[in-house]
Amino acid sequence: MPPKAPDCVTTRWHEMTYLPKPRLHHPSLQRNAAGFIRRDYEGAVSTLCAGCGHDSISAAIIQACWELDIEPHRVAKISGIGCSSKTPTYFLSASHGFNAVHGRMPSVLTGANLANRELLYLGVSGDGDSASIGIGQFVHSIRRGVDMVYIVENNGVYGLTKGQFSATADQGSKSKKGAINTDAPVDMVGMALQLGASFVASSFSGDKAQLVPLLKAAMTHKGAAFLDVISPCVTFNNHEGSTKSYDYVREHNHALCRMDFISSHAEITVDYAPGEVREVHQHDGSVLRLRKLPEGHDSGDRVGAMNYLHACQARGEIVTGLLYVDPDAADLHAHLDTTPVAFNTLGEGELCPGAATLEAINADLR
Amino acid sequence: MDQVLMSINATNDFVVKFANVNGSGSASANELFAKCILRMGVPVSPRNIFPSNIQGLPTWYEVRVSEVGWLGRRGGYDLMVAMNPQTWDADVAGIAPGGYLFYDSSKPLPKAKFRDDVTTLGVPLTDIANQNWDDPRQRQLFKNVMYLGALSALMGIERDVIVQLIGEQYKRKPALLEPNLHALDLGRAYAEQHFGPIGLRVERRDAVGKRIFVDGNSAAALGLVYGGATVCAWYPITPSSSLAEAFEKYCAKLRVDPETGKHRYAIVQAEDEIASIGIVTGAGWNGARAFTTTSGPGISLMNEFIGLAYFAEIPVTVVDVQRGGPSTGMPTRTQQSDVLFCAHASHGDTNHVLLFPEDPHECFEFAAAALDLADRLQTPVFLLSDLDIGMNQRLCEPFAWDEARQYDRGKVLTAEQLEAGAAFGRYRDVDGDGIPYRTYPGTHPTRGSFFTRGTSKNADAKYSEKGEDYVQNMQRLQRKLETAKALLPQPVLHRAAKPAKHGVLYFGSTAPAMNEAIAKLDADGMPIDALRVRGYPFADSVLAFIDQHQQVLVVEQNRDAQLRALLIEQFEIDPARLVPILHYDGTPITARFIVRAIGERVHAAEGARLRDDKVA
Ligand SMILES: Cc1ncc(C[n+]2csc(CCOP(=O)(O)OP(=O)(O)O)c2C)c(N)n1
Ligand code: SF4
Ligand SMILES: [Mg+2]
Repeated sequence: MPPKAPDCVTTRWHEMTYLPKPRLHHPSLQRNAAGFIRRDYEGAVSTLCAGCGHDSISAAIIQACWELDIEPHRVAKISGIGCSSKTPTYFLSASHGFNAVHGRMPSVLTGANLANRELLYLGVSGDGDSASIGIGQFVHSIRRGVDMVYIVENNGVYGLTKGQFSATADQGSKSKKGAINTDAPVDMVGMALQLGASFVASSFSGDKAQLVPLLKAAMTHKGAAFLDVISPCVTFNNHEGSTKSYDYVREHNHALCRMDFISSHAEITVDYAPGEVREVHQHDGSVLRLRKLPEGHDSGDRVGAMNYLHACQARGEIVTGLLYVDPDAADLHAHLDTTPVAFNTLGEGELCPGAATLEAINADLR
Repeated sequence: MDQVLMSINATNDFVVKFANVNGSGSASANELFAKCILRMGVPVSPRNIFPSNIQGLPTWYEVRVSEVGWLGRRGGYDLMVAMNPQTWDADVAGIAPGGYLFYDSSKPLPKAKFRDDVTTLGVPLTDIANQNWDDPRQRQLFKNVMYLGALSALMGIERDVIVQLIGEQYKRKPALLEPNLHALDLGRAYAEQHFGPIGLRVERRDAVGKRIFVDGNSAAALGLVYGGATVCAWYPITPSSSLAEAFEKYCAKLRVDPETGKHRYAIVQAEDEIASIGIVTGAGWNGARAFTTTSGPGISLMNEFIGLAYFAEIPVTVVDVQRGGPSTGMPTRTQQSDVLFCAHASHGDTNHVLLFPEDPHECFEFAAAALDLADRLQTPVFLLSDLDIGMNQRLCEPFAWDEARQYDRGKVLTAEQLEAGAAFGRYRDVDGDGIPYRTYPGTHPTRGSFFTRGTSKNADAKYSEKGEDYVQNMQRLQRKLETAKALLPQPVLHRAAKPAKHGVLYFGSTAPAMNEAIAKLDADGMPIDALRVRGYPFADSVLAFIDQHQQVLVVEQNRDAQLRALLIEQFEIDPARLVPILHYDGTPITARFIVRAIGERVHAAEGARLRDDKVA
């Protein structure tokens, strides 16, 4: 696909707090605990439109992985097709990436995860990719509890095919050409909750302070972690009348609570009054500290989270933050009771039952 | 005018057809019948003929008994076991003149319902069952065992053999043994008291040998276990579902870590075939051996992914147990009609490796081979079975596994090789065979990573829209398929006893009927050389065979002469050189059909030649 001409950027995106595009040469040469410099987490130069929300999400992924001391090559980046799905090229160049077919990232990721359970699986998708053509795969990968971070870079349009409404576009929202969307939107966050995702969050590409800790929490979560990130398309959906523009999201953002991610290495110091914080202890030893908990929301209560989400939506608010987490969830491998060893390392010795067994099978078939 | 009834007399060479109601529990009694004869050393080949329905509709089970060992469908039947009133008229009408009709005589039927030229064997099965059992389900099930008993007495099937088989069947449920034997003897006693032995006889022979009796789907599943498949993703569809189920059954026995009880396999019943092949693609990309099993409609859905796996070069194994198409077609009937479609599945220029097993033995062997080939060639490999092979038990050579055999994981660079500085470019043709090197995700911290995509790219896997990069890549893919030829199972030649001017090409489930047809043609003084094709792209020896014969017939079970089309395409030969012989009504092809069709073509060709000679 030819890259979009940058001159079609019409909005005040530059006033927003988006993260800068990842650059090839980062000034910091400081090494993290895994021995990597920040540049090791970067990728090729982005070919997306300047100001595209997707680039900010890539930057947040880079920062989260760097801060988590993840070895870049132990991450597998898998995506579908779309501007959003192109982004895995723009981060973690030492990781294997797979730009699959439109809407089918979840199945490819599921298979990859079955083949080697030891990597961190980042699934990157768009709202067209996941809510339209690929909604079935989104649904079923969540249902199965695939251990992954499933990121939807949600801009309400098909960016790559030049601005048609996607299935997450709100009813009544206006396209750049002035058409009104009459179809009801698919609410992926609500669906993920209903489908049993064990980590559900929503965020905004323009809110780095919220997004990075959420990504870190999702990456350390064991199970199906779903993150819907509103990510404005500056070229096709950032105008007046859009409900996915920077301005609109800023005005209607209802951030749930502050979440601090405290890694397993960090010392935990408690300096909050009881009731003011809730701590979620994850399996890898990390802690999610939730502050300024809003009235009526409890991230450990799936049904409550659904109710809270719907109530906010009815008021026209866009809820962002950690909606739900179950730190003790079982993933697909647990359901299938698979061996802890990565399948792709098993050889004849473990897999082939041998000639003598075959002789016995032959005997039974006579 | 009175007719003298000339009954068929045949020993170890006849066809029995059972007409049942789906869901009545007849399958196990019918299978027992076939197995008894096998245990007496006489080859049989049974075939299920069933509707796309679970309960209530008619089903048939046809058993061909053939001491000489012909395992194809013969056509026609000599004895009808008519247990389904719904299909009575057609079932009775189809009996060969001089044949036999076995039925439940509990309810009297008008004389018009019978035939004069057929021996009638009525046993009041319902009455006897009602006298002996109270539970309706038991009455039904034991009725089946009773007819087995009656038939055994009529045809000379040894009681001891049946008793032993029933004993094996109820090894773990001994309580069921006694009532089954009782039912068996009730049937035997009635037949012995009321009828003498009939003209269809089973006599003990030693013509089965070491062969095994198994269906192709179980065999393929076992081959995939032996071949090291760890990931199976599938979506239920007749006639392939039993393959996934058999894989699960075998894995539960053979693939559980003895110490921890953990599974060395993962089976996902996916939401559709797109997800199935997606899962297989992801697993193959990440270095596990993975497969999916499906039938025609599933292949249709998988097309986009098949193109991705071809272009991005990911090992994928697909078992297609073919059924009658197009669309939902004849879901419970057999065909070889996905050949052309699979060979070129997906948009753009594509070309895929196909394997054509002839029977369960080859299903096992080729399934294991498919996993090696997919890894070696880094491309989709199709195992093209069909309903006839997949869902019927067939007598075949025992499975074999060389203990020294190692999986061919293909060209994969290890962490050590990368560390030692091995040059790596994902799509470079280093060895000139068109096959590039790959790395598994997560191998090395700084070397060997690459981006996999369905878009065009250069030899180092970088996105590229340059014409020359694209063309080079497409040509390399072609070279790769050329390399495949030597790796695939080679064709099997059957040369006629006398030099033959005519040759015949065939593949897959046509084999048993063809073996019989060749022998018959030979006996009729019409020798013909036969070449069984086992893989695509075709070996060069297929072209040599075509060149060696004046006329080459291509026998296949589809309307459009699909294998023939592939032959013409690959070898760029004049279509007139390949004469199609096509059978596609959904029933398995028979030797009778082949002999007649070949006879006609050969005579026509000879006649034309004679006329030409006269003119000249
Ligand atoms: C089977 C198929 N149909 C259509 C397309 C064309 N197509 C490419 S991207 C896209 C939509 C992408 O939308 P989204 O996932 O929201 O990504 P965005 O570009 O907005 O980030 C479409 C329809 C395709 N690649 N494949
Ligand atoms: S999503 Fe919109 S802004 Fe982003 S790259 Fe695509 S067209 Fe440009
Ligand atoms: Mg979009």
